[in-house]
Parts: sequence; C-alpha cells; structure tokens
Amino acid sequence: MATVFKKPHALRDVPLHYCPGCTHGIVHRLISEVIDELGIEGSTIGVSPVGCTYNNYLYFNCDMVQASHGRAPAVATGIRRALPDKTVFTYQGDGDLAAIGTAEIVHAATRGEKITTIFVNNAIYGMTSGQMAPTTLLNQVTTTTPYGRKADLHGFPIHVCEMLATLEGTAFIERVSLHDIKNINNAKKAIKKAFEVQLAGKGFSIVEILSTCPSNWGLNPLEAMKWLQENMLPVYQLGNFKGKDLEV
Amino acid sequence: MAIRERLSGNEAIATAMKQINPDVVAAFPITPSTEVPQYFSTFVADGAVDTEFVAVESEHSALSACVGASAAGGRTMTATSANGLALMWEVLYIASSLRLPIILACVNRTLSGPLNIHNDHSDSMGARDSGWIQIYSENNQEAYDNMLMASRIAEHPDVLLPVMVCQDGFITSHAIENIDLVEDSKVKDFVGEYVPDMYLLNKENPIAVGPLDHFTHCFEHKRQQAEAMKIAKKVILQVSEEFSRLTGRNYSLFEEYMTQDAEVVTVVLNSTAGTAKYVVDQLRAQGKKVGLIKPRVFRPFPVDELATALSRFKAVAVMDKAESFNAAGGPLYTDITSALYSKGVFGPKLVNYIYGLGGRDVKADDIEFVYNQLLEITGTGKVDSVFNYLGVRE
Repeated sequence: MATVFKKPHALRDVPLHYCPGCTHGIVHRLISEVIDELGIEGSTIGVSPVGCTYNNYLYFNCDMVQASHGRAPAVATGIRRALPDKTVFTYQGDGDLAAIGTAEIVHAATRGEKITTIFVNNAIYGMTSGQMAPTTLLNQVTTTTPYGRKADLHGFPIHVCEMLATLEGTAFIERVSLHDIKNINNAKKAIKKAFEVQLAGKGFSIVEILSTCPSNWGLNPLEAMKWLQENMLPVYQLGNFKGKDLEV
Repeated sequence: MAIRERLSGNEAIATAMKQINPDVVAAFPITPSTEVPQYFSTFVADGAVDTEFVAVESEHSALSACVGASAAGGRTMTATSANGLALMWEVLYIASSLRLPIILACVNRTLSGPLNIHNDHSDSMGARDSGWIQIYSENNQEAYDNMLMASRIAEHPDVLLPVMVCQDGFITSHAIENIDLVEDSKVKDFVGEYVPDMYLLNKENPIAVGPLDHFTHCFEHKRQQAEAMKIAKKVILQVSEEFSRLTGRNYSLFEEYMTQDAEVVTVVLNSTAGTAKYVVDQLRAQGKKVGLIKPRVFRPFPVDELATALSRFKAVAVMDKAESFNAAGGPLYTDITSALYSKGVFGPKLVNYIYGLGGRDVKADDIEFVYNQLLEITGTGKVDSVFNYLGVRE
C-alpha cells in the first residue's frame, strides 16, 4: 500500500510539549520536511533559544546547542565557522530574537553569516506568560500592558524583516504566516529557500513566521488564527524582502 | 493596625514596591522573578503608583536604565533572577561604584548552565563581590520587610550603595503565606522622601557621572566604596531597629534560633532555615542541643559578630546552596572560615555541606542527617570529611 502521509524523518516521533493550538508544532514539521527534502539530516546543526521552544532539541533529529537567551545567532556563527561545510540554523522567538538578542541577530546578519534563522513571531512573551514583547501590536493587551500597548508609553512594534533588509550582509529575508494551508505551504517554500541560500553559500537567511499564542492571547486556537489574520497581517506584511530571485 | 494578607513572595515584593512608589522601575521578565514587574506594571497601569515603568529589552538594559534613573536622582528599582542577574553583571559593578542606591529584588534561581529554572543561590552568590549589599529572606514576610528597609539602607548618605533583596525562587516567591503588611502611610513615613545629595542638572553642583578614573584616583574611590560597605553594617542595624519599633518584628545581621545552650549549629540562608528550624524543634524534643544561625546580611559580611557567635559551639555545619568550584567549599563556608581565622576562633569543628543545587529538594531528613553528623563529631572530636554534598547521587 502506498504511503500518502508520514512524519518527516528529521522530526522525532515524540509528543510535543506545546500548548493546544500553538503553531510551533507546524514550524517544527516544516523545518523537518525541508531537512528531509534537502537530504541534510546528519549535516545539520540547530541552535535552541530560551523561550517556549527551549527544549526543541528533543524534537529535531539533529545535534543541537542550547544558547543563552538571545545569543543563538552568535553561537550559530561559531558553529558555522568551525564547521563551514555543515548547515546551521537558529530557532528563535520574538523575545529571544527581537528583544534580548537584538544585537546578535543584527550583527550576524550584517556580517553575512551563512546561517539560517527561523524567527517565530507571536507578538507576546509566551514562556514567561504573556508580557509585552517588542513585536506586540499597538493596543494589544498583555500582562504588562493591561490597557493595551500605547505608543507613547511602550513604543512601537519592531519590524525585524524590514530592519534586517537594510543590511548588506543579508541574502534572503521573507515573512510568512501559518493561518491557512496556502500560507503554511508558502512558509515551507520560504524555509526551504532559506536553507538553500545557506547551502549555496550566499549569506544570511531568515524567515519570520507569524504565529499564534492562544494561551497568552486568551483565545481558543480558531479565534487565535482569526486574530492573527485580522490584527497581525495588517501590521506585519507578508512577502519577500530580499533574495526572491536569488539563484540557489 | 497591621494589615493581614495572604501573598506570594513575589506579590509581597511588588506590594512593598507599590507602597514605596519609586520613581522608575525598569525590568525584563525572567522566571521566577517575572511576577514582580508584572504585578507592578498593573499598579502603574491602574495609577496606583506614579512610577515610570520601562519594559526594556534585556536585563543589561534594565539595570542600565536604573543607573540612568538613579543618577538623575530618582528612587529606582528592578527585579531579576539567575541569568538575568548574570546579564546585569557589568552594570552591577557600575551601579555600586557610582554609589547609586538602586534596589534589586533577586528571586534566587540557579545560574545556567545547564538550563534550569529552579532555586539555588548560584546567581546572587556569584555577585557577592560586586559591591552590592545583599540581604537574604527566609519567607515572604522577611522578603517584604527587607524590601521596605532596603531603600533606607541604600539611600543613607554614609552608605549610598545598591541593595539586593534575595529570596528563594518558587519556594517563597510562588508560595502564598500569611503576611503582615505595614499601612501605606506608615511605609511612606518610614521610607521617606529620597533627596539625593548629587544628581544630574543640579545647577548648584554640576556633575559628571562615571567619568574615566585612572590610577591617580580610582584606588581612593574603591577605598571609599569599601568603607561605605563597612558603614552599611551599622546603618542596617539602625534601620532594623527603627523597623522593629514600627512593626515589632526584629531583624539583625543574622538570626540565632535555639542557640543559647546549643552545642552544634547549622548556618543556613533563606528558606531552608525554615526547614532547619523544624528539625531543630524535633531534635530539641529528643534532648539534643542543636541550634541554627541564619545569616540575613551576607554583604557586608558580619565578620566580628558571626565569629563571636560561632565561637560558642562545638561543631558547625555551614550550608551552601551554591558551588564555588574552588575545590575548597562553598562561598558561605569560605567567608565563615575566613572570619573565624581572622578573629582567632579555632574552637568549633567546621564542616561544609553543598545542598539543593538546581532546585534539588532539601527535606527535614537531610537536615537531620547533618545535625546527627555534627553530634557525632562532638562525640568523637574527629572530622572525617570537611567538604560534603547533601542529597546528590554520586
């Protein structure tokens, strides 16, 4: 009998610890499918962040290093420089990448490090239970902005792709979303291209993935998907910011 | 009338901060101290305090913002744990050397790696030489009380040093206990207005904060800082006495529990002291002469007072919830042996137990084992092993 559906080999067959409706599981699967399709399992190394996915080394079928909060791009830099023929990716949330680790991502990108960053943006600090993140939308309620984020008090949402696109060292930058099948497929294409860019030695690649956090948004999984579409998409425009036509 | 409440340790700290109403709080969430700024941000949003709350992007920036705010003359506070404190490291030294009376609620958590969110004292113990006053708290009440006293100590013109108020992550930070709160107006009177002598844009006294300070003056500034730490001991006692008059709750540099006729004692910080007191009661009921010393003030280290107190006992177990990795005992043990030697106290047999690392539970049985070891030492007069680990799989 023909197999029509199976787990990617690069994703270990273990239960994930994430909350119901959380999109990290989808992201894990997409990365794993890409690793399978590119045949790079065994030559790929991941860097885990601090945040909800701190222990994703349990899920990916590859060697991984746990970085300090925000330092994944610097750790990945070291790994890639020591093992220049291997594929290295970081997996980071918005607290890790866009707050405490802003310096590391900017400088890994501007140096043009040949690494791939998967950046999961759910507009909130998930692990510490729902505080305002730099990516939190204006008027979004969090535990530290109980009446909503106000620009004059809390500043504006940070647009990581747009910011990194100004840096010459970056080769491929794309923002995708996971709110429906079509977009999930687009997300996979972007992740695959980001890895291919690294394999081709073209420079730094990053895919920002708009994701949900039903637990801390206080919504059920369906409502969370709807909230993402209605609120995040207008602020974080999807699309390619760099490297769309790059030959890989 | 004191207000009876039920609060977690983090709520107690946040409540103290609310009553103090500082000018600036800058913080970044990290387990298990996250709730402190989170509760506090709600007070800010509700207009219960006048504080500028800054949700900065990292602990390095949190303490840097505190340095700026404190240099500007504001009463300034933050909270953190473990790697958050480690990320503040550079700025810890800046804050103390600039003599900025910043208050930091340290909710003790083991310092990575390996990554672990549970309690031990490796975070604050690592910062023990950073020039911060360190006060430890057994329970929620003490965390609250120490927080109320911290500003008074830090801002005293003869001290002007930052203060770290420590409590055990999860064990007290997340456990809800009965607590007596001081009325808002009394807190306000007790803490008082912060009127710094020097601050930015004082037309009468323009200043540069933290300028280059080479070998011509740097040593003198360090010497003054060291002197301030010495003076802090007296100030802590004065403030504690005043607090005692206000609340009836007595605090000193360390607490002695059942020590009057004790032959053996443990020396233990923070929440484990509560467990140890229970064990002391059990052993006392069996007629065993055991007691407890619980240091409250670790920086400045009460050398004279501890040496005098410990000289009365036959055997002492110093309990460290942190490893020094110096192959010669934990940080509390090292300081206590140094204190005893410098004061010529050679009577008590001393042993060291490293315990509870990475949140390993310490049960009454474990503490009882330590007391029994001490009693055996008093019987034989022999110490088989000075450096020991409690509750670890070897």
